[in-house]
Amino acid sequence: MIPLHVNARAVTVEAAPDTPLLWVLREHLGLTGTKYGCGVAACGACTVHLDGEAVRACAIAVGDVGGRAVTTIEGLPGGAENPLVRAWVAVQTPQCGYCQTGQIMQAATLLARSPRPSREEILDHMQGNLCRCATYNQVVDAIQHAAREA
Amino acid sequence: MSMGTTLTRRGVLAGGLAFTFAFTAGENVAAQADAGPLNAYVGIAPDGTITIQAPAPEMGQGTNTALPLIVAEELDADWEKVRIETAPVRAAYDSPIFRSQFVVASLSVRGYWMPLRMAGAQARRVLLDAVAARWGVPVEQLSTEPSTVVHAASGRRMSYGEVASFARAPATLPEITPAALKPVSAFRLIGRDVARFDVPAKARGQTLFAIDVRRPGMLHATVARSPGLGARPLSHNGAALLQRPGITHVLPLDQGVAIVGERVEAVLAARRELTVQWSPGEGAAHDSEAALASYLEDVRDATKAGVQVVRTGEPEQALAGAAHVHSAEFTSDYVYHGQMEPLTCVASVTEGGAEIWAGTQWPSLVRDEAARILGIPAERVTVHMLTMGGGFGRRATIDYAVEAVQVARAVGRPVKVMATREDDMANAHVRPMTAHRIEVGLDAAGRITAWRHRLASDLVVPQLYGRARLEAQRGVDHIVTYHANVAQYDVPATLTLHLYREHGVRTAPWRGIGAGPNAFAVEAVVDDLARQSQTDPLAYRLALLRDARARAVVEAVGAMAEWSRAREGTHLGIGFAKLGLPQLGEALAATVAEVAVDAASGRLRVLRLWCAADVGLAVQPRNAMRQIESSLLWGVSSALTERLTLRDGAVQQSNFTDYEMLRAPETPEVQLRLVGGGEVPLPVAELGLGTVAPAISNAVLAATGKRLSALPFTPERVRAALAG
Repeated sequence: MIPLHVNARAVTVEAAPDTPLLWVLREHLGLTGTKYGCGVAACGACTVHLDGEAVRACAIAVGDVGGRAVTTIEGLPGGAENPLVRAWVAVQTPQCGYCQTGQIMQAATLLARSPRPSREEILDHMQGNLCRCATYNQVVDAIQHAAREA
Repeated sequence: MSMGTTLTRRGVLAGGLAFTFAFTAGENVAAQADAGPLNAYVGIAPDGTITIQAPAPEMGQGTNTALPLIVAEELDADWEKVRIETAPVRAAYDSPIFRSQFVVASLSVRGYWMPLRMAGAQARRVLLDAVAARWGVPVEQLSTEPSTVVHAASGRRMSYGEVASFARAPATLPEITPAALKPVSAFRLIGRDVARFDVPAKARGQTLFAIDVRRPGMLHATVARSPGLGARPLSHNGAALLQRPGITHVLPLDQGVAIVGERVEAVLAARRELTVQWSPGEGAAHDSEAALASYLEDVRDATKAGVQVVRTGEPEQALAGAAHVHSAEFTSDYVYHGQMEPLTCVASVTEGGAEIWAGTQWPSLVRDEAARILGIPAERVTVHMLTMGGGFGRRATIDYAVEAVQVARAVGRPVKVMATREDDMANAHVRPMTAHRIEVGLDAAGRITAWRHRLASDLVVPQLYGRARLEAQRGVDHIVTYHANVAQYDVPATLTLHLYREHGVRTAPWRGIGAGPNAFAVEAVVDDLARQSQTDPLAYRLALLRDARARAVVEAVGAMAEWSRAREGTHLGIGFAKLGLPQLGEALAATVAEVAVDAASGRLRVLRLWCAADVGLAVQPRNAMRQIESSLLWGVSSALTERLTLRDGAVQQSNFTDYEMLRAPETPEVQLRLVGGGEVPLPVAELGLGTVAPAISNAVLAATGKRLSALPFTPERVRAALAG
């Protein structure tokens, strides 16, 4: 049994310590907003926060998480009223939508340290998050929208 | 084909007011009239809530909003009161173009356009008839405002919800003719942006993709697929893997081996240990580099016959008599779809039938194939059309759904079959590699007299539609050869020949289909000709385009990009492409790319794209532009980095680490404008892809005088071209 702190809740999961956090979140805890895309930390679809830092849940063994706070899209503060979520809806960023939760989780860590990011700063920060629909310009618009509204 | 639509008259009442219609074309009418309960596009509850069925699967293109919006327009519904449901998979929801629920070729809005308008108009007419009877007034005196029936003469009004509380759909639904539809000028929803229905859930991770489905007692599985077509598993180490905790089955399939278990992590760990010996299949010896070289030999050898795809005028004669012949050669490599959700399908097979949860572009085929495999009637197969984590043509093929049904039958429990990214890529259904040789005959004055395009590649049509379809088309693979013509240009004699070789490589339609490689070759040659005649490439196109709509997009994009303004350190190039078929209407686009060439590294940077597009009537203009932008950026991605290679029949790339797709920092700024217009929506979501590679190559030509002729334009190839 492995104790975890997920979305401000203490949980225990019965998983082998080398199980990627991604599968623990999705399959053991039912938090399917975190997506599997590549399994090798190359696409960013599984981006979650560990103590506020963006990480790829496919590349972290659940046994290594320890006492750090795990935040997934389901635990993003404010839910539908979160400024990024509102901006994503206002800009109508998603197309297929599969990568977008990872994009939002990655974006959140940028706004946490850079309240008015430029286009270049945003594109650089989002480098690890693939979007096959190539909504990158709308990701920029949404992040800047959120920055203005925040 | 005829876009005429017949409504069969049959009404069924089920809770509130539900109208059911069959929208069929031609010979399907009789069959569907007796097909039991028919489909319902519209339902209205007494509280005024209007439920509209979305008949086509959503893969990011926005049809789950655009299609119901068309119904709502003719129904005169208050959009705020509309609730959208994903329709079941039933013949009554077929697109008249494909006679199937099948999303491909950017034809969903185009295909459903008339049936959905008729559905909305018919539902409205039922409401009017019911109110006319209640108020004792002639129906002609009634009109509607959003979700309200109005009798202007008496000032009486009644909401649709009130009507629904007493009205009943008649046994014989009213006949609707196209003349009864709204004039385009009266549209108040179509052509105005509404928020996409699917976006809020997608921004919160609440959308249900196939990969997210959980069923009671569900097992997890993944399939190792054979390299290439026709290879079967001969032996494997499954017996050892079965000893691992949580692994329940190792099942040989026709072209793969499935590992099944209680936990996905156990299945994926076992997959890494699985080894399979395959029988030599058709593609066992396939080497993409050697094959591409053979294609080039094919297009160069004028004695080699090919399938005639296009022929106008007397091209051989004109070429023989030409004062000058310009020739050029091009190639393109295999590309992979790279949809972000790896192929996944959940299936459950019981005595009663089968239930399938799939993100698929072709749900009707999934239903029919499952029925065929299981030997049960199609009515006993339920297919849930789930939102796709990208489709782009890969989910037009249903291999992964077939395997889910086979595994579910074997294990007797619901099962989720999910590809790893590595297996998704190893099982790539590629856009075929191509080689092109284009020869253009010119007279003494430099006017074009003939255009011959020899194209060599593998095929897509037999794998997607079966060999009979290819034969019925006299060997013409309309997917691979799409856009291998210069129909919009003023060229008196043209010939397109397709020389194909089949290598046992898996193929599928890939966004933009043939426009990717073919428009590249065509539009590069157009620039070559402009350069030779010392004419500005944009002006050259305007002089050569005989189609006024085509000239309009070229002119518009020139203005947008300030084409004649010189730039510091960057250069512009232009490309033109179309999407669609002449008989259904073609959307047109012209794109200008601003490119910086780093000669030392060979690295190209696309800084900006401008695109003018004519998509006819844009049902959702903002979404249409987003789709075109996405398509343009696919153009950038496939022009610069995307390349799949095969050796000994096996894909050599393994993940997004070595198959490189466009990432955020390389994304150009994009400016789009919709021009033209009309009364009919034209295809959108693949428009523009074909414009980008030629625009980039033409920009490099403008910058350096050197032609990039092999897709993708990797730094190595750019350096070689610049040195040449």
